[in-house]
Amino acid sequence: MELIQYIAFAVIKIALLLFILLTAVAYIVLMERKVIARMQNRWGPNRVGPFGLLQPLADGIKFILKEDIIPDSVYKPLYIAAPMIALILSLISISIIPFGGDWYVAGYHIPLQTAAFWTGSGIQDINIGLLIILGITSLGVYGVALSGWSSNSKYSLLGSLRASAQLISYELALGLSLVGVLLLAGSLSLRQIVDSQAGSLLHWHFFGGLQFVAFFIYIMAAYAETNRIPFDLPEAETELVAGYHTEYSAMKFAMFFMAEYCNMVTVACLATLLFFGGWHSPLEGLHLPVPPIWLIISPLFWFFVKVFFFIFVYIWIRGTLPRFRYDQLMSFGWKFLLPLSIANIVVTSLVLALRS
Amino acid sequence: MPNQPLPYYVNYLPVLLQIVVACLVAGGMVALSALLGKHRYSRTKMQAYECGMVGTGDARQRFSVKFYMVAMLFILFDVEAIFLIPWAVIYRKLPAAIAPALGAGPRDFSARMFGFWEMLVYIGIVLVGFFYIWKKGALDWNATTEKTDF
Amino acid sequence: MLHTILFLIFAGICVAGALNFLLQRHPVNSALSLIVVMGSLALLFLLLGAEFVAAVQIIVYAGAVMVLFVFVIMLLNAGEEERTRGSRVALFLGVPGLIALFGLLCWTLSASRFQLGQVQIGGYYVPTQELGIALFREFLLPFEITSVLVLIAIMGAVVLARKERP
Repeated sequence: MELIQYIAFAVIKIALLLFILLTAVAYIVLMERKVIARMQNRWGPNRVGPFGLLQPLADGIKFILKEDIIPDSVYKPLYIAAPMIALILSLISISIIPFGGDWYVAGYHIPLQTAAFWTGSGIQDINIGLLIILGITSLGVYGVALSGWSSNSKYSLLGSLRASAQLISYELALGLSLVGVLLLAGSLSLRQIVDSQAGSLLHWHFFGGLQFVAFFIYIMAAYAETNRIPFDLPEAETELVAGYHTEYSAMKFAMFFMAEYCNMVTVACLATLLFFGGWHSPLEGLHLPVPPIWLIISPLFWFFVKVFFFIFVYIWIRGTLPRFRYDQLMSFGWKFLLPLSIANIVVTSLVLALRS
Repeated sequence: MPNQPLPYYVNYLPVLLQIVVACLVAGGMVALSALLGKHRYSRTKMQAYECGMVGTGDARQRFSVKFYMVAMLFILFDVEAIFLIPWAVIYRKLPAAIAPALGAGPRDFSARMFGFWEMLVYIGIVLVGFFYIWKKGALDWNATTEKTDF
Repeated sequence: MLHTILFLIFAGICVAGALNFLLQRHPVNSALSLIVVMGSLALLFLLLGAEFVAAVQIIVYAGAVMVLFVFVIMLLNAGEEERTRGSRVALFLGVPGLIALFGLLCWTLSASRFQLGQVQIGGYYVPTQELGIALFREFLLPFEITSVLVLIAIMGAVVLARKERP
């Protein structure tokens, strides 16, 4: 009985979250276009709706109605499967991410996380949540590799080769940069990692745990994992046209795009959860007088402020930095980030051992 | 309502559901696009893109051994990274767990440092391999052939 | 009940993936079905209560080892298998051998059923913390030796990929 109730809540949360995520993705694209435009002294989209706010809707309709070209030389089953793999993988992670504590609604405790339930005294979430997200990230290579190979076009193949080699190289640094946080938190459950940062600003792993080196490794590796500037070599338009999705059109092209932005959201959520205290307010510990309603909204508010900030940084960096050269990119990953992340682990564990 | 403890794997059911829903969303998008988009066949349009020129040859050629090299090294360092994760998770509990075996108290220096030395030996040995491949030039992407073996 | 249903679903997917792996003629399809097998194996590990092993199965096998497989298949441009008429040796030795092996396995398992002891399905749950303590206390030496293994493999990879000097 309880199981059915739990599943029912899960279904509602999944539907709601997917809707929010896909809408957010559409509006992040708009925000990116707007912000980049302002940075380059342009206006950006402003024709469809007030301030161009209906632009994502128009784009969506256009993507669905455009001709769905499947070139003759492609290997059809995988050509169709590749964008689906990319999108499916990017949509899974959000179910593991916690957004706050729990809401007490109509006699039920509802955790603000899809994969979590109320045990009667506390919230039980997945014990290896972080590892599952890492696992999903590691599977992301297939969407890229298969799309390039099945397209049977030179640009696609070169782009996908580059992208796959880049993804697997930076995955190492990504995984190792998280070890510092794990040392401090002592758990793989995302909820417990956040709980270990409760208190104030100084308890966040970024400040209190002195994990800023780990954070910068994480952010750089994550940018490479999501194929964003300055690591967007796979789609370097000056050399490779559009990289691995050169041969894709209509909705299939849009699916790669959506996957990229969903992954950006996941990266921003994970950065918030692991390094910046999740839904904990930076003003915690000051005991400011706040209305009781604020206590309910506050976790979600701070979580989304932080996530929004990281997404803005993504766009900001896109407007600022040029692209790496490919050999620089590979040696940056292997010769700089990898040794640095190992050094971070050694130093963090040494400090922890001496200080305990 | 009495709260029976649910089995641990119940936690994963929402993730499973999410995967199913994500498959439906992705499948729906492909299907919708195939149904609603117009289809007008033309031979030139259906060629692989080569900057508007007539395509030459097959795209699937053999590629540099570098890419396999990266994939192989990735597996090995991934195995190393995976071992660091359980170590990191129990690092703070290890002194208490290891102290009886060392004949020391959980607050003693030897017990506190034990976990650190354990991993330092492990990382040290793997790093020997890392510097070996570095010196061999396996990490140089566009090195000239005189300098390296690749 | 729920456990049994989930087990049957993923065991079914696993066996179907393995069969597809053998029956597909294009190597890329075979590799992809092997990934499906790895994924469903991970879920079976999860049902057994081995969370960490399940995650490692995904990260290392599906996310790293199979990437190398796919790379090799993609880059070597391995085409479809040719259909052959099938060899007589396979028919006369392989099929009886397979049946004998299967029978032997079944017999061994059912004969030693009482010595193996019993455990409730899904009742044996190991959190990562317990696994870590065991690995870094009881099994410390095997763990440290793993690093030598990784070192040898790194050197082996370099030797394998080296250019042949004329």
